[in-house]
Amino acid sequence: MRRIAKLAANPVMVALVASLALAGCASKKTPNSAADLGLGGGAATPGSAQDFTVNVGDRIFFDLDSSSIRADAQQTLARQAQWLNRYRQYSIVVEGHADERGTREYNLALGARRAAATRDYLASQGVAASRIKTISYGKERPVAVCDDISCWSQNRRAVTTLGGAGS
Amino acid sequence: MKTLLKTLMMVAALAGAATGLAIGPASALVEIDVNKGTIEPLPIAITDFAGGELGAEISSIVQADLKRSGLFAPIDKAAFIEKIANPDQAPRFDDWKVINAQALVTGRVSKEGDGRVRAEYRLWDTFAGQQLSGEQFFANGANTRRVAHIIADAIYERLTGEKGYFDTRIVFIDESGAKNARKKRLAIMDQDGANARFLSDGRSIVMTPRFSPNRQEITYMSYESGQPRVYLLQLETGQRELVGNFPGMTFAPRFSPDGQRVIMSLMREDGNSNIYSMDLRSRNTTRLTSSNAIDTSPSYSPDGSKIVFTSDRGGRPHIYVMGADGSGQTRISFGEGSYSTPVWSPRGDLIAFTKQSGGQFQIGVMRTDGSGERILTSGFLQEGPTWAPNGRVIMYLKQAAGSGGPKLYSVDLTGRNEQQIPSPNFASDPAWSPLLD
Repeated sequence: MRRIAKLAANPVMVALVASLALAGCASKKTPNSAADLGLGGGAATPGSAQDFTVNVGDRIFFDLDSSSIRADAQQTLARQAQWLNRYRQYSIVVEGHADERGTREYNLALGARRAAATRDYLASQGVAASRIKTISYGKERPVAVCDDISCWSQNRRAVTTLGGAGS
Repeated sequence: MKTLLKTLMMVAALAGAATGLAIGPASALVEIDVNKGTIEPLPIAITDFAGGELGAEISSIVQADLKRSGLFAPIDKAAFIEKIANPDQAPRFDDWKVINAQALVTGRVSKEGDGRVRAEYRLWDTFAGQQLSGEQFFANGANTRRVAHIIADAIYERLTGEKGYFDTRIVFIDESGAKNARKKRLAIMDQDGANARFLSDGRSIVMTPRFSPNRQEITYMSYESGQPRVYLLQLETGQRELVGNFPGMTFAPRFSPDGQRVIMSLMREDGNSNIYSMDLRSRNTTRLTSSNAIDTSPSYSPDGSKIVFTSDRGGRPHIYVMGADGSGQTRISFGEGSYSTPVWSPRGDLIAFTKQSGGQFQIGVMRTDGSGERILTSGFLQEGPTWAPNGRVIMYLKQAAGSGGPKLYSVDLTGRNEQQIPSPNFASDPAWSPLLD
């Protein structure tokens, strides 16, 4: 889990690790990021949504049952804030997610708390709070679908989406 | 639903059979003590009701209901010696005693001139040589399964002294499609999995449906407006309505026992959640908790005086009880791990919950002061208990590792009789309907 966490600063690497982890779970491969969808990192136009997802990193990860912003996540959010402060035309929706190792209603609330913590961190880095909406998906929208920690740790996430587009 | 009920009425108790046997208390009457720790299922013979295929169908539904309860052991029809030719005549009790049938059910189904179905049954105590009960019912033709469930309820109640729960329905979430793009639809079915139908189209995520006390409405949470919010749905008309106009996410709704209020969680600006109740007539809302924590999954006691809920104000999620006005908030769960989704029993005596400990999910019950915790079932993922209206059986979702999705299961309070409930696809978030008086 820590290994993935450290690599989270580079989303292309995360996607690679995720793919390897998923290879052990039959038929569980899932497009997890722009890299999985075949979008090369360097190809994105600066200031585009692809640029944000691939070169900045659109998501951060959380420890079990926690909504604290980890050190690796702070780095990602600092880069997000820098980018968002440069490209101010985008509105922002932060999606909070939980893994399946909790009950539905509690995890909905936990996802909300993660989204709010992410919003507050971005705001502390100068992104206008009025640009940021939050939504929780609880455990309803996992990106990794296997039944062990390699997937759960990817699903405990907050995803910063631009212009209200879904992740 | 209302129109169905009107056409389904009990007409009369059938008096003693043609042979003139007395009804009433006597010595050596067969009965089941549901309070005993371990229950030996009662051997019962359920004959095909007279009336051709329809009669056989009704008796098979009665048999399946009683068998699933775990309290009855229906005897294989191949072992029957007497063929019941006329259900109005007393059976040959010796023929039933010799195959150890302690109770015997006979009956008849017929079509009336106006298209209605008439169904009657008699319940016999073979060792006492007596009729224990006999009733007849009329139903419109589309409603024969329901008549069978009502007969099963009558037999269950006569032999256990407890109300039955077979003439009930389940609202739940039907789940289909890949796990990372799951389609979720509101759905309703009979408690045995029959007559399933969908109440939403699957375009929006929906979750946690719960019945109103009169079974006419459900409250649930949906993403249809973008932000997750609590809604009401009238089952008869299909009319939907947003509950309240709150700035943030509302979730975890339940009705009060009088049906006048909905209690739920409201997300705050800081990302924490508190519990509110809303009067459905005046639309006035009352804030009941204000901790800097997640307070959710509220459930009223059946007398409406108390509320049990989940909070992580002490660190991990645990179970708390408070007055219906928010007073006296007290933690009642103290075991290892996390506790959530508390639901007060309709009898008032127990609280069912989901517990997570040691990497497993468990469904358990505790007394309302938190004492006497008992785990009924444990596994990879199971959550969200709902009570049968008689407070003897709990239904929940259960998912085995690698199975791809959840199914519904029930277990009785002994924890020994776990059963899967059939459903069209994967299924989650069951809520059991109340019984109608």
